[in-house]
Amino acid sequence: MNKCVERLYNGIVKENPTLVLTLGMCPTLAVTTSAVNGAGMGLASTVVLALSNLIISLLRNVIPDRVRMPAYIVIVASFVTVVEFLMQGFVPSLYSSLGIYIPLIVVNCIILGRAESYASKNGPVASLFDGIGMGLGFTLAITVLGAFREILGAGTVFGYSFIPENNPTSFEPISIFVMAPGAFFVLAMLVAAMNRIKKKKGRPVIDMCRDDGCIGCGNLSCAGRKNVKEGKE
Amino acid sequence: MKTLLLIAVSSALINNVVLSQFMGLCPFLGVSKKIKTASGMGAAVIFVITISSFLCAVIYKDILVPLELTYLNTIVFILVIAALVQFVEMVLKKVSPSLYKALGVYLPLITTNCAVLGVALTNVSKEYDVLTSVVNGFATALGFAIAIVILAGIRERNEYNDVPESFKGMPITLITAGLMAIAFIGFSGII
Repeated sequence: MNKCVERLYNGIVKENPTLVLTLGMCPTLAVTTSAVNGAGMGLASTVVLALSNLIISLLRNVIPDRVRMPAYIVIVASFVTVVEFLMQGFVPSLYSSLGIYIPLIVVNCIILGRAESYASKNGPVASLFDGIGMGLGFTLAITVLGAFREILGAGTVFGYSFIPENNPTSFEPISIFVMAPGAFFVLAMLVAAMNRIKKKKGRPVIDMCRDDGCIGCGNLSCAGRKNVKEGKE
Repeated sequence: MKTLLLIAVSSALINNVVLSQFMGLCPFLGVSKKIKTASGMGAAVIFVITISSFLCAVIYKDILVPLELTYLNTIVFILVIAALVQFVEMVLKKVSPSLYKALGVYLPLITTNCAVLGVALTNVSKEYDVLTSVVNGFATALGFAIAIVILAGIRERNEYNDVPESFKGMPITLITAGLMAIAFIGFSGII
């Protein structure tokens, strides 16, 4: 039981995938135009992450080491397809506003990164909670980012306008923040702030994003680097 | 012909794959330190995306649609792309060592850059035929190459600038990319 709580805390705070590990930047930038989109994307990824972690952990002794990456990809892609159809059926408006970024959850490096660095080495229950923790950490981070961009760029929070109706000129939305460039600026400020905190604590600053494709993170640098780190503990 | 040209201009410049759609951000930020490596990466991406969008379009039209398996498209495309990149690498090594020397290092890096999967899925969702898919794939990849080479050029000059301590590395690169994205919004006046 303690282990499960520890995994949740680890995913949400200690090793938050977006803020601390800086994984999965593509969806982080693309769908955070509003808080609702961010939350929807985050929850969809959480479901995929938790279920694929569970299945990969159950199959970890069956999957041969040499073909593990393709096997993981098939498992993740299957869950993504399931989630995609569920969203299309039950939340069609969210489905259409997230669009192509739902199938692209497959190449979100958080998912393959956790499969490689955690689920393939630990038991099913711990892996499930690791997936839930990481997913909630991701959801929290991108919902906050989305809310931030929505407040500055459109003057609304979760779709509700906070500009007083009798005085509409009191707040002028800076529409660049809901457009593509705003995503880069908000993330730049966030990473700079994280760098400052890390410097003060004497930890290494956030590295440049991996020089391979998003999915490559799963097998090469970032998960590999994590393996080394966890091996030392 | 005219629609093809419009699609090409729109995918390469107006809806630029990195600067307005955020696909392929990892290589965009990671391999853009020097113009030389950036152009190599750009060329490799053009090569792979053009072939993969052709292959995915053909597989979708001739296998998935007749068998009514279109719901499997995400799974099929990602496996096709992963296999294709490995295959291209092996063929290039045998057939054209000089081309392999130029692109080889970058090929494993894009095993499945999300832009590659993204283009294949966009082609399907917009119901493009095979020719249009190839043109769209090529143009999208060209847009990626343009963006990464420009970013590398700016970063080479940025090396000598006095950047605040916390902004060194990734943050200043992101701000540069944001300013480029603003510049690319200007292209939306073309069509």
